[in-house]
Amino acid sequence: MSVTATIRIQQADFDVAQEIAALSKGRTDVGAVVTFSGICRGSENGEPIEALALEHYPGMAEAEIGRHADEALSRWPLQGLTIIHRFGRIAPGENIVLVVTASSHRQAAFEAAEFLMDYLKTNAPFWKREESEKGTSWIEARDHDDAATARWTKP
Amino acid sequence: MRVKYFAWVRERVGLAEETVEPPADVRTVNDLIGWLSSRGEAYAYAFEKPKVIRAAIDHAHVKPDAVIAGAREIAFFPPMTGG
Repeated sequence: MSVTATIRIQQADFDVAQEIAALSKGRTDVGAVVTFSGICRGSENGEPIEALALEHYPGMAEAEIGRHADEALSRWPLQGLTIIHRFGRIAPGENIVLVVTASSHRQAAFEAAEFLMDYLKTNAPFWKREESEKGTSWIEARDHDDAATARWTKP
Repeated sequence: MRVKYFAWVRERVGLAEETVEPPADVRTVNDLIGWLSSRGEAYAYAFEKPKVIRAAIDHAHVKPDAVIAGAREIAFFPPMTGG
């Protein structure tokens, strides 16, 4: 059975419970569902922020996430995969990103979700800009995110 | 070829996209960065630290030594901060 990933790049919010149900409802072969939700924090480096503005590269965002989804499907025995990434203005407490993996057993679902999030952080063409009372500034990439991605590279 | 800029690279250049026709000796992504940088202060500012700049050809990440011949769309942007 071939599994196709669902990938959505959208401005609108998403419903985590609805996305889990879409992968598992009415099925008896799925034994594990792992979800990762990325949520906008109300502060960055200890300073309060009013919102994040997410810019993305339309076309490449879908293509790049699609390539990593295909790799995850080839490396782990998944029965379902959903990736949603929002763009535009996102307020503290709101959802930014969602990864849902479904598998027979938990290990594949955990590992695939972590792999995908590490790659989304460093390779998906999205850029966060923070808005605070001091003005706006681009958030800088973090070295530990690159290190987290590097550990998945095949020898 | 079409060139696109994102995030602070876009802000510094002052354009989201443009069509350029670089001379034939501009062969690689790195050559293109050098050539763009020579087009004015805004470009020189955007590309002042070329090692920080990431590039994509036709929606796929590439290294600075990637050959640009045949590319329809080349994009320049800072390291990504999604997720």
